Amino acid sequence: MASAVADRDTFPKLLAAHARERGDAPAIREKDLGIWQSWTWREVAHEVRLLAAGLASRGFTRGMHLAVVGDNRPRLYWAQLATQALGGIPVPFYQDAPAHEMAFVFQNAEIGFAVVEDQEQADKLFEILPQCPTLKHVFYDDPRGFRHYRRDELTSYETLRAEGEAWLRDHPDFLEAEIAKGKGADTAIMLYTSGTTGNPKGVVLSYDNLVRSGEAYARLEGLTDREEVLAYLPMAWIGQNLFSYAQWLVVGFRINCPESAETVITDMREIGPTYYFAPPRVLEALLTQVTIRMEDAGWVKRWLFRHFMALARRVGSRILDGQPVSFGDRFQYALGGLAIYGPLRNALGMTRIRVAYTAGEAIGPDLFVFYRSLGINLKQLYGQTETCASVCVQHDGHVKPDTVGPPLEGVEVRVLDSGEIVLRCPGLFVEYHQNEEATREAKDAEGWYHTGDAGYFDADGHLKIIDRAKDVGKLSDGTLFAPKYLENKLKFFASIKEAVAFGDGRPEATAMINIDMQAVGDWAERRGIAYSGYQDLAAKPQVYELIRECVEKVNADLAADPKLCGSQVHRFVVLHKELDADDGELTRTRKVRRRYIAEKYESVVHALYSDMDHCWVEAQVRFEDGRTGSVRAQLAVKTARTFPPVAAKAA
Amino acid sequence: MSTAAREFGDVILKVEGVSLAFGGVKALTEVSFDVREHEIRAIIGPNGAGKSSMLNVINGVYHPQQGQVTYRGEARRAMDPHRAARSGIARTFQNLALFKGMSVLDNLLAGRNLMMRMPILLQALRVGPALREEIAHRKRVEEIIDFLEIQHVRKTPVGRLPYGLQKRVDLGRALAAEPRVLLLDEPMAGMNVEEKQDMCRFILDVNDEFGTTIVLIEHDMGVVMDLSDRVAVLDYGRLIGDGTPDEIRANQAVIDAYLGVKH
Repeated sequence: MASAVADRDTFPKLLAAHARERGDAPAIREKDLGIWQSWTWREVAHEVRLLAAGLASRGFTRGMHLAVVGDNRPRLYWAQLATQALGGIPVPFYQDAPAHEMAFVFQNAEIGFAVVEDQEQADKLFEILPQCPTLKHVFYDDPRGFRHYRRDELTSYETLRAEGEAWLRDHPDFLEAEIAKGKGADTAIMLYTSGTTGNPKGVVLSYDNLVRSGEAYARLEGLTDREEVLAYLPMAWIGQNLFSYAQWLVVGFRINCPESAETVITDMREIGPTYYFAPPRVLEALLTQVTIRMEDAGWVKRWLFRHFMALARRVGSRILDGQPVSFGDRFQYALGGLAIYGPLRNALGMTRIRVAYTAGEAIGPDLFVFYRSLGINLKQLYGQTETCASVCVQHDGHVKPDTVGPPLEGVEVRVLDSGEIVLRCPGLFVEYHQNEEATREAKDAEGWYHTGDAGYFDADGHLKIIDRAKDVGKLSDGTLFAPKYLENKLKFFASIKEAVAFGDGRPEATAMINIDMQAVGDWAERRGIAYSGYQDLAAKPQVYELIRECVEKVNADLAADPKLCGSQVHRFVVLHKELDADDGELTRTRKVRRRYIAEKYESVVHALYSDMDHCWVEAQVRFEDGRTGSVRAQLAVKTARTFPPVAAKAA
Repeated sequence: MSTAAREFGDVILKVEGVSLAFGGVKALTEVSFDVREHEIRAIIGPNGAGKSSMLNVINGVYHPQQGQVTYRGEARRAMDPHRAARSGIARTFQNLALFKGMSVLDNLLAGRNLMMRMPILLQALRVGPALREEIAHRKRVEEIIDFLEIQHVRKTPVGRLPYGLQKRVDLGRALAAEPRVLLLDEPMAGMNVEEKQDMCRFILDVNDEFGTTIVLIEHDMGVVMDLSDRVAVLDYGRLIGDGTPDEIRANQAVIDAYLGVKH
């Protein structure tokens, strides 16, 4: 692929181009004092120029790192651009990053300059200052609370800007020359990944990485300079940097910074973004709000909502995908649009959305389908910080809830025999900062990046992510077994709180299941089933039937999947107690510790793989006051129906 | 670090020999103390000690039978609330003084009522100078909204807000009048720990950013000692201690009043 033309291969050059071509068009807005304040491209270019000159006057030069700490604010964008104009490398931080984690990054990147949003962030830097001798300059945006600070390192944004203005008078052509020196292969930004183990790693991304990834998405979706984008995600996240920064400069659309984290929903309604990006937890929070507010509505509204949402679930996604739907359903859906979907889209601020993306973690199919059935074009994409979040994306009209779509243009994806996904793409990072060993581990000699994710391509060429590669196993007949995939599928049912799947090296897959006390308790009450507590409820034959239905639905789903049809759940038990982090069965972040559970409930696992119809279990429990006791219970082992594989269509 | 850097001005408010009685009940007996410009002055005391009465005397709601209150060099037996407001004294109320059905924004705008100069008809028509005046007021109110971090409830009716947030709006309503002296009547009452911390921060920030002199009544000792520059202690209507928090902590009369004493 031809690289971007030489006068548009870095962000500062792109900014200059926009200032020339659409100088009077608004580039960025921020809601402040209740009003949307806006800056045109020319004004942004001017601000960046002054700021860059100010930094240069303080001795900031090519190759240095500058920390950017704070929420989504225009001035922090300008700080990033000013750094890049001087050939420096911005290092954005999560605004809630604890001080000791920041200390590591400051040392690792030898950061000497920082631009912070406010007093809170400045205080954090002063806390770690003794460990970070390189840090000499801290510039702050919001002056509130700084009045009595007497520190040599501190300078206000305004002062820096004024210094830049003075400096520019003596060096009028300096900045243009510096910008011209930049090229696409230079480092654009460094993002630290939150390592679950060990220290965070600095992912070095070049302009080419970000510009090409931004272009690929823009071409696919036909983005224009008229898009409105809400910029509300953490500055240090790759999604933010690609969709609200790189693409902003590549395409030249408008970004809008909300007033505060609490006002995002109102601000979104006011802006009406056309292009939107949200991690699943944000979408989930929005849906919860809708649900709560619907429960408070009058019965007419509630009835309409239930009725039309049921219709939308049935036909909404199909209409969005342009698939055939009967005239009657179409007519009803149009009515629903007037009564429910339209007003709801408006309340969510999603009326004008053409393209919405979600990524970051697995999204539940119900949640995903909810938005799509309302007529909102929500799509999943797949990628990591290391790949500029640009590997796969679902295409309009071909959206399957359980895949992440085909690879983007220019991306090569292979699945190794182990099931691990490896890839090469234009967005692939340069290296981990000062960590050759980690770079070598992640990127092999031929440039393939090892994602650590396991997955495969379905018949339509869509990539399906199933699990972390290290957790994937095989049944004794060699069939692929992805425990987390099974567990997630089970957990998407409201009645099931946790599930633990077994099968690696076994003839068939089985599962232990935890019921959701709240959901199943309500269900039992509505049916007049009396129960005394969790253990009693979990052992009820009716509850077993309820869970069996869920398991069989999962099995029916799996039967349609050519790779995973062999790992249908044959037998299951409903556990008598909730899996708990205090008992060591879950991690603190609520992930099941499969191996530990297998040891602890050895008798149950044994029963699952025999023909016994019940087993005895005795488990130690730790009470909240620290005492331990034991619970002894008899568990029934049930068999679930499995289905013959459905032949892949037109295989 | 802020205390060390702050400088107090001259005495802005002086209470001398004030006595107040309701029939036979003596609420205040010969109370004297002063408040210096830019300081945070606390009045503490057990329930029924006369704290709110003292505030009401300063504010002009109650008229003392004896003594005088000197405000900015002008001595008076009795203030009246209207004049107090005009001369730069604003206050918040223990039971809140907000229009529950109106939005936060409108409540704060109402707090600027005294500063609106245009005739009511022009205001209603929103023409010419009245419009410009309204824009200026709105800007000031927005700055207060920003300052108190209540942007997310700007348009929410006050009655729908949780109590802690209503308290913050009440503070905002008082601030909207751009007071020189701010009287706070139990600003932390009924709040949880987190809300108290927030409120403390806002009180300190108001004092620091705007230089507003603050007189506050509070019975949470911990809060008062951290927040105030000087503390006056009332017990049964009499002043039993006056000084810096450290001095008050060491004052035997105060300890007796709070912890009780064997008779």
